This record gives sequence, C-alpha cells and structure tokens, in this order.
Amino acid sequence: MAEVVCRDLTLGYEDRILFENLNFEVNHGDYLCVVGENGAGKSTLMRTILRLQEPLSGTVEYGEGLKPTEVGYLPQQTLVQRDFPASVREVVISGCLGRCGKRAFYNKEDKALAEKNMRRLGIDDLAKKCYRELSGGQQQRVLLARALCATGKLLLLDEPVSGLDPMVTAEMYQLIERLNKEGITVIMISHDIHGAVRYASHILHIGSDIFFGTKEEYLDQEISRKYLQKGSDEE
Amino acid sequence: MIGKLTLYFEYPFVRYALIVGVLIALCSSLLGVTLVLKRFSFIGDGLSHVAFGMIAIASVLNLTNSMALVLPGTVVCAVLLLRTGQNTKIKGDAAIAVISVGALAIGYLLMNLFSTSTNLAGDVCSTLFGSTSILTLKEGEVWLCAVLSVIVVALFIFFYNRFFAVTFDESFAKATGTNVNLYNLLIAIIIAVIIVLAMNLVGSLLISALVIFPALSAMRVFKSFLSVTICSAVFSVTCAFLGILISILAGTPVGSTIVAIDILGFILFWIIGSIRE
Repeated sequence: MAEVVCRDLTLGYEDRILFENLNFEVNHGDYLCVVGENGAGKSTLMRTILRLQEPLSGTVEYGEGLKPTEVGYLPQQTLVQRDFPASVREVVISGCLGRCGKRAFYNKEDKALAEKNMRRLGIDDLAKKCYRELSGGQQQRVLLARALCATGKLLLLDEPVSGLDPMVTAEMYQLIERLNKEGITVIMISHDIHGAVRYASHILHIGSDIFFGTKEEYLDQEISRKYLQKGSDEE
Repeated sequence: MIGKLTLYFEYPFVRYALIVGVLIALCSSLLGVTLVLKRFSFIGDGLSHVAFGMIAIASVLNLTNSMALVLPGTVVCAVLLLRTGQNTKIKGDAAIAVISVGALAIGYLLMNLFSTSTNLAGDVCSTLFGSTSILTLKEGEVWLCAVLSVIVVALFIFFYNRFFAVTFDESFAKATGTNVNLYNLLIAIIIAVIIVLAMNLVGSLLISALVIFPALSAMRVFKSFLSVTICSAVFSVTCAFLGILISILAGTPVGSTIVAIDILGFILFWIIGSIRE
C-alpha cells in the first residue's frame, strides 16, 4: 500500500464544494506537486491530509507504517511568527514534540536530532540567533528543519518558496530535491508551476479540471499547456 | 524609613501579602508572553471585568466566600473567549469587548440596586483598582493565592514546551499530534485563575498591566523564548516587590504603585532595546 492514499475525496465548506471524488496515491520517495488556481482548494487538501480538517466525504489513509504523528509539515508563515522571540534551536526542537508522547521535556535524543537536522540544512551556525531576525530563506530552512524533526518519511510543504527571491527560491528547491533523494516523500503546494514541473515526479492539478499523474503525463495534457502559458504571462 | 518597614514586617499579614504579591506577579508574567504573542493582550482586561461582574453578583447574593462563584465563572468565560478565535460570527477582539463591557455594566448596576453596603463607592473603587492598602488583604485570600500560584507555576513548567509549540505555530503542533485544543483550554483556565488572584492585589482594571508589561519589556531585550520568559518573570517580581515596599512606605494604593513601577521598567527596557539595535 502507498504512503498516502486519498479515496473519493470531496472537499469544501458548508455551502460550497471545492472538488469531488478526488483519487490519488503517493508512494514512498515520490515528489508530488499540487498546483491549481487560487481558491481551488490546495491548502484545504493539505489540511485534510494532515487531519486538521475533515473531508465532506471520502478518506485519507496513511500506509507503510506511517503514523499521523510522523508527518513533517511546513505551513505558510503566520503573522504571529514575524515578531516571535525564539531562538532557532527552540523552533527546530519543537518539531520533536510529537515524539515526546507523555514526556514533558526533551531528552538527549531529541536534542541530538535537532542538532542533526540543523546541520543537514546548514543552519547550525544560526542556532542561537533569533528567528525573527533571519531572512525569509533562512526562516524557511528553520521551519523545514523543524518539520524534519517530526518526520523521517513524509514532508508536506505549503508554498515553501512564496515570497522568496529567485536565488533563494532555487536554493530552496535544491534543498527539497536533496531531501527527496535522501528518501523522504514530498507533497508540495506550489504557485510556481515552472518550478513544479521541473522538480516534481508527479503532478496533481486541481480546479475545474482535475489531473493526477506523472510529470511527463501532465506535460502531454492540454490543461498543463494552458496553465504553463498563464504562469509565464504572470511573470 | 527602615524603622517603618521593620514595624510593618512585624505583622505576619504584611509578610504574607508581600509573598503573595510576588507570587501573583510571577504567575501573571509567565503566561503574559504567550498571551501577547497570541494577540490576546486584552483578554486579561476582558476577564477581569467579568470577575468584577461576578464579585458584584456574589455580594448581592451575600455569599460569604465570593471566590466560590468568581473563580468558576471567570474560568467559563475565559474558555468561551479563547474558543471564539475559531470561526465565529463575532470575532475575537469584539467578543472580548462585548463580554467585558457587559459584565462591567451589569456588575455596577447590580451593586447599585441591591448592595447593602454603606460605602458603595469605596467598594466599587477597591474592586476596580485593588485594595487601597495592603493591610486589607484577608488571611484566607493570602493562603488561597499562595496555593494557586504554586499550582500555576508547576503547570507552566511542566507544559512549557507544549505552550511554546502551541504559541509559535498551532497548525504545525496540531498536525504533528499535539492536542492543541487541550492546551489552549489549559491556557484559558490558568489565565482566568491568575486574573482572579490578581484582582485582590491590583484590582480588575489594572490586571492587564501585570500581564503585558513584563512580557513586552522582556521581548524588547531578549531573543529566545526561554530568556524572554525568565526575564519577564524576574521583571514582574522585581516591580511587584518594589511597588509593594513603596506603597507601604508612602501609603499609596498597592495596585497603581506596582503598575507605575512596571511602566518605568518598560520604558527602561525599551531604551535598552533601542540602544542595542
């Protein structure tokens, strides 16, 4: 069975259905990009996969021994975080909380894991820095390191490159690609369709037309040509 | 001056009051950081008005132990207010305004209509601004404060990492298996308890100061959550200690003296923060 399986998923709110009967599965090692117009339900889909929100109907199942607490999540930044007084280390280690279970405090393994993930993302020299004083790209790395503390298997990223300049965006993509090659499954929401088709292995396009398949299949579709064209126009 | 202090300290309840004042300042500053960061600064204010309304009801009903009504009532309102954050018709700040102003008005109205006290204005004033003299704190209140303060501090330390996670990023905490609702509920309850405790010391109008000033001051200077929390606790305790001593010596009202010291400290930290940048 795949790592994440969505069956007959219908999402929406009380008075509005976003999309119906969505079926797809994500296997270990996949790199899935979710693309689509604003308001198509990309974030809602991600919140549903994370079990932050109930679907109107259908199911989301985790397979291959993946527990719900073993999912790494990189949310979009919130207003609260902009002036939050926390050191990088404090933010990163908070990703270990799911592992703690009933323990009140972090143990040596948690601390070692946090250190390891900071080194992995090249932010170990920032450990004592204040989160709010970092650049946008550095902040994303910190949140990514935190997500890695929560998981070794599956990362869900909600627009990880929005608001970053082109240089930093490219670095971020390379970083995510490297993590994917190290054996972490990636599900990413993206507005950047060109980045998506360049790095992803699979594409899920949601909106009035729904498409799910490998990147190569997607590029053969009419829907992708329209969307890619539009993406270029906007830039 | 020293002589006057020694004289006062011979009374056990002065010593108790000092201890309790310091404990309350400690408790209120700990969660202050979380409240300020979660944009709930005014929740303290709103809840204290609720507590005022509850006290009015208790005095109308002639309850000997008003705490029995005030504490649960305020806790319930705290839970309701923190709940309104999620998808309600009346948004957070408006809900706080509605409940706090409503409670204030109804409370004063009830006191006016039914109070048997001969000194109504004095009663209202001391509920709003705290005891005019520290000597009017009763011994039972002192012990209750001490016990509850210890529980609050213990809970805060035990759940420190969870409170951090819930404050910094609720979605992430929830997605990775932290029971966010439970901790939000716990935060709401602790705040309500602190506010009811602090009413004895500074009165219901000034409680927000105890919650906000230490956190804001510490955030100006320190850069990690732990150092901000510790600094805000030390700041708050120091200000409360100095405030109580000054109010004993100068005969000023306890609550407003403490808050005045808090303001001075805040200005000082603000300047230090600006120089560092």
